Amino acid sequence: MSKEVLTGAQAIIRSLELLGVDTIFGLPGGAILPTYDPLMDSKKIRHILVRHEQGAGHAAEGYASASGRLGVCLATSGPGATNLVTAIADAHMDSVPLLAITGQVGSKLIGTDAFQEADIVGITMPITKHSFLVTDANDIPEVISAAVLIATTGRPGPVLVDITKDAQNQKFDFVWPPKVELPGYKPVTKPHGKQVQAAAEMISKSSKPIFYVGGGIVRAGAAKELLELAELVGAPVVTTLMARGAFPDSHKQNLGMPGMHGTVPAVIGLQRSDLLITLGARFDDRVTGDAKSFAPDAKVVHVDIDPAEIGKIRHADVPIVGDLKEVIPELTAELKKIYGTKTHDLTDWWSAMNHLVEHYPLGHDAPEDGKLSPQAVIKRIGELSGPEAIFAAGVGQHQMWSAQFIKYERPNAWLNSGGAGTMGYSVPAAMGAKVAQPDRLVWSIDGDGCFQMTNQELVTCAINNIPIKVAIINNSSLGMVRQWQTLFYDKRYSNTDLHTGTDSLMIPDFVKLADAYGCLGIRVEKEEEIDAAIKLAIETNDRPVVIDFIVSRDAMVWPMVAAGVSNDEVKYARDAAPVWEGEE
Amino acid sequence: MSKHVLSILVEDKPGLLTRVAGLFARRGFNIESLAVGTSEIEGLSRITVVVAVEGAPLEQVTKQINKLINVIKVVELDPEAVQRDHMLIKVKTDAATRSQVLEAVTLFRARVIDVVSDAVIIEITGDTSKCAAFIKILEPYGIKEMVQSGVLAMGRGSKSITEKVSK
Ligand SMILES: Cc1ncc(C[n+]2csc(CCOP(=O)(O)OP(=O)(O)O)c2C)c(N)n1
Ligand SMILES: [Mg+2]
Repeated sequence: MSKEVLTGAQAIIRSLELLGVDTIFGLPGGAILPTYDPLMDSKKIRHILVRHEQGAGHAAEGYASASGRLGVCLATSGPGATNLVTAIADAHMDSVPLLAITGQVGSKLIGTDAFQEADIVGITMPITKHSFLVTDANDIPEVISAAVLIATTGRPGPVLVDITKDAQNQKFDFVWPPKVELPGYKPVTKPHGKQVQAAAEMISKSSKPIFYVGGGIVRAGAAKELLELAELVGAPVVTTLMARGAFPDSHKQNLGMPGMHGTVPAVIGLQRSDLLITLGARFDDRVTGDAKSFAPDAKVVHVDIDPAEIGKIRHADVPIVGDLKEVIPELTAELKKIYGTKTHDLTDWWSAMNHLVEHYPLGHDAPEDGKLSPQAVIKRIGELSGPEAIFAAGVGQHQMWSAQFIKYERPNAWLNSGGAGTMGYSVPAAMGAKVAQPDRLVWSIDGDGCFQMTNQELVTCAINNIPIKVAIINNSSLGMVRQWQTLFYDKRYSNTDLHTGTDSLMIPDFVKLADAYGCLGIRVEKEEEIDAAIKLAIETNDRPVVIDFIVSRDAMVWPMVAAGVSNDEVKYARDAAPVWEGEE
Repeated sequence: MSKHVLSILVEDKPGLLTRVAGLFARRGFNIESLAVGTSEIEGLSRITVVVAVEGAPLEQVTKQINKLINVIKVVELDPEAVQRDHMLIKVKTDAATRSQVLEAVTLFRARVIDVVSDAVIIEITGDTSKCAAFIKILEPYGIKEMVQSGVLAMGRGSKSITEKVSK
C-alpha cells in the first residue's frame, strides 16, 4: 500500500495511470482546470485535445470499440459536460465501456445556479450505467476505481464521475489501492450448469436452428469461442448490425445481417427457424420488425450477461445469464457429449437456406443519373483495405451499405452507432480507433449529412498526427430520410436536400474544407477514378485524407422491411418480395 | 392491471430515490405508493413500492431495479404480507355530528389527535382497504384535508429480507 499527500486533481491523474489508462480525449474549462495541470506532467497518459466535447465522447467510444479497452473522456462543467451527453447516450445504447470525467462547480456553489453549473449527474442518470458526484478528495481513488470496474465488467457501459473544483484542489493522503465496496454490483458471469445442459439438449433436437448473434459477442471477446460452437452445430449464423465481424463473413455458415436492411436469407432464416440460439443479442425492433410475428415457430435459447435483456421482448425457453466467453465453451462441451461421433443433420434446413442464398444475394443497380454507385464505392473501399482495417460509419444509407458490402472477418473491425443511430459518430470514432490501433488502416465512412456534424475533429487528427481516411458518400442529401420520403411520403422531399453535390450549390466544398483542415482532399466523380483515390488515401499517412465521392442520390438501401411490419414482408427490392420455397 | 408490493433494499446514497423513481417512470411503470426510510442495518435504506403493471412485465421491473448499482436486493412481497397505510384526516364536525364521527373512530380503531369546535384530526393505520372504507364513512361529514404515507409492508414469519446481507 502506498501513501502520499496529493491534491484531488493529482489523485485523478494518478488513479487513472494506476488503472492503466493511456489516453484521454478532452477539452479544458474552469471547473476542470485543476486536473489539467497535473495532466500536463503525466508520462503515461496522452491527452488529445478535441475541438468539441461530443468528439471527445465518440473518440473514447471508438477507442474502446476498436480495442476492447476502456475509453476515457474529460470535460469541464456545464456546457462542457452537456456536450458529452450525446456520446454518453450512444455508449449506453451500444454497451461501450466509457468513463466520462467532468469538473463541477465548487461544492458550496452547487444548487445556486452558479456560472457553468449543470446537474450532469441528474441529466445523465437515465443514460449511464452508474454515476458519481465527488465533493471530497478522499473519495477520488475509490470512486475512479469503482467507475472503471463498473464500466468494464458485466454488461459494459458509460460511467460518469463529476468532481467538484474544491475536491480537485483539496490536499489529502492518497492511498492506493483503495477499498472498493459495491455490495449491490455482482455481475453473474458463470452460467447455471443445468441451463447449459438444457440449451444443449434443445439445440441437439432442433431441425432448423439458427445462431442469432449480437454485439455481446464482440464486447465479450468471444468470437473464437463462437466459431467453434457454430462449426460444431453446423447451423446458419446471422450477425446483427452490432455484431458484424463477430463471425467471419467468408464463412459458409454466415447468412449475413438480419433486420430492417438485412439479407433475405438472414431475415427469412430467422423467420422460419425452430430454434433461435441467441447470443448477446437483444431482440431490437430493427431486427425483429413486428415482434409478435417474429420467428413465430421458434423456441429461444437466450444467453446474455444482462438478466434484464432475457425475456424483455421475447420469452426465452432456456434463459442463461452469464459471460459469453464462459458460457459458449461450456455449451460446446455439453453438445460434444450429446453428439458423440455423430454430426447434426441439417440437410433439409440448409437446402432451404441455400435456395435463398442463391436467389437473393445482396446486389445493387447502376444509377441512372450517371453518378457513382454508393454501394460500389463502399465495396471497393472494403476490398482494397482488407479485413485488418477498421471501418467506422456514420448513420444513414451509407452506414447500411457499409454493413452490407464490406466483408468483415474479425470483431472490432466494424464500428457504428447501432442503438442510438447518432449522426456525427463516424469521424471522431475513427479518430479514437486510430489512436487505439495506430498500426491499422482506419476509415471513416461518412454521409455528407453526418460529416457536417463532427468534422471539426479532422483538425484534431491533423494536428495530433492521427491519419484517418474519410470517405464521404456524398449524395447531396439526408439520404436515409429521403429514401423514406420516396417510399412513404409520395416523393415529397421535405428538408432533405443538403446542396453538397457537384451539380448543386456545393456548399461546403468538402475538398476545400479538407484542405483548410490540413488534410488531403480528393474528389471522385468517375468510376475509373475510384480505385486510384482509395489507393492514394491508403498510401498517404502524413495527414488525414478526405475523399468526396459524388454518388447518386436515388440509390436506395435494399432489402428492406418497413418499420413496424412483420419480417415476412421483407422486400428484396422495391415491389419485389422474395419467394420462399414453402410458398411456391 | 395487477398490483405488486416490492421491498427494495438500497445503499443510502445521495440521489438514490431519483434513480429508483426515475427508472420506474422511464420504463413506463406506474408507482401507486412509495415509502422510504432507514432499515435495521446502518447505511441501508428500505423502499416499499406499490406498482401497477399489466401482467408479465413485473419481472422487467425487478430486473431493471436490480441493475441499479446501489440496489442490494429486490423482493416482491406476497399479498399475505403485512401492509399498512398511515393517514391523517381533518374532518368537519359540529355539535350534531361529532358523536357520530367519534363512533366511527372507535369502530375503526382510529384515534383522534386534535379537536377544535368545528373539526377533528383523526389518525388511522391499517391496510389500504380499511383506510378506504373509513374515508367513505367520513366523506358525508366533509373531509377538509387528508395526508397519507406510502404503504409499509413486511413479510410474515421470522425471516427477514436482510438475511445474508452483511451488516
Ligand atoms: C443526430 C441525428 N439527427 C437526425 C437523425 C435522423 N437521420 C437518420 S439518417 C439521416 C440522414 C443522414 O444523412 P447522411 O449523413 O448524408 O447519410 P445518408 O443517409 O445520405 O447516407 C438522418 C437525418 C439521426 N439519426 N441522428
Ligand atoms: Mg447523404
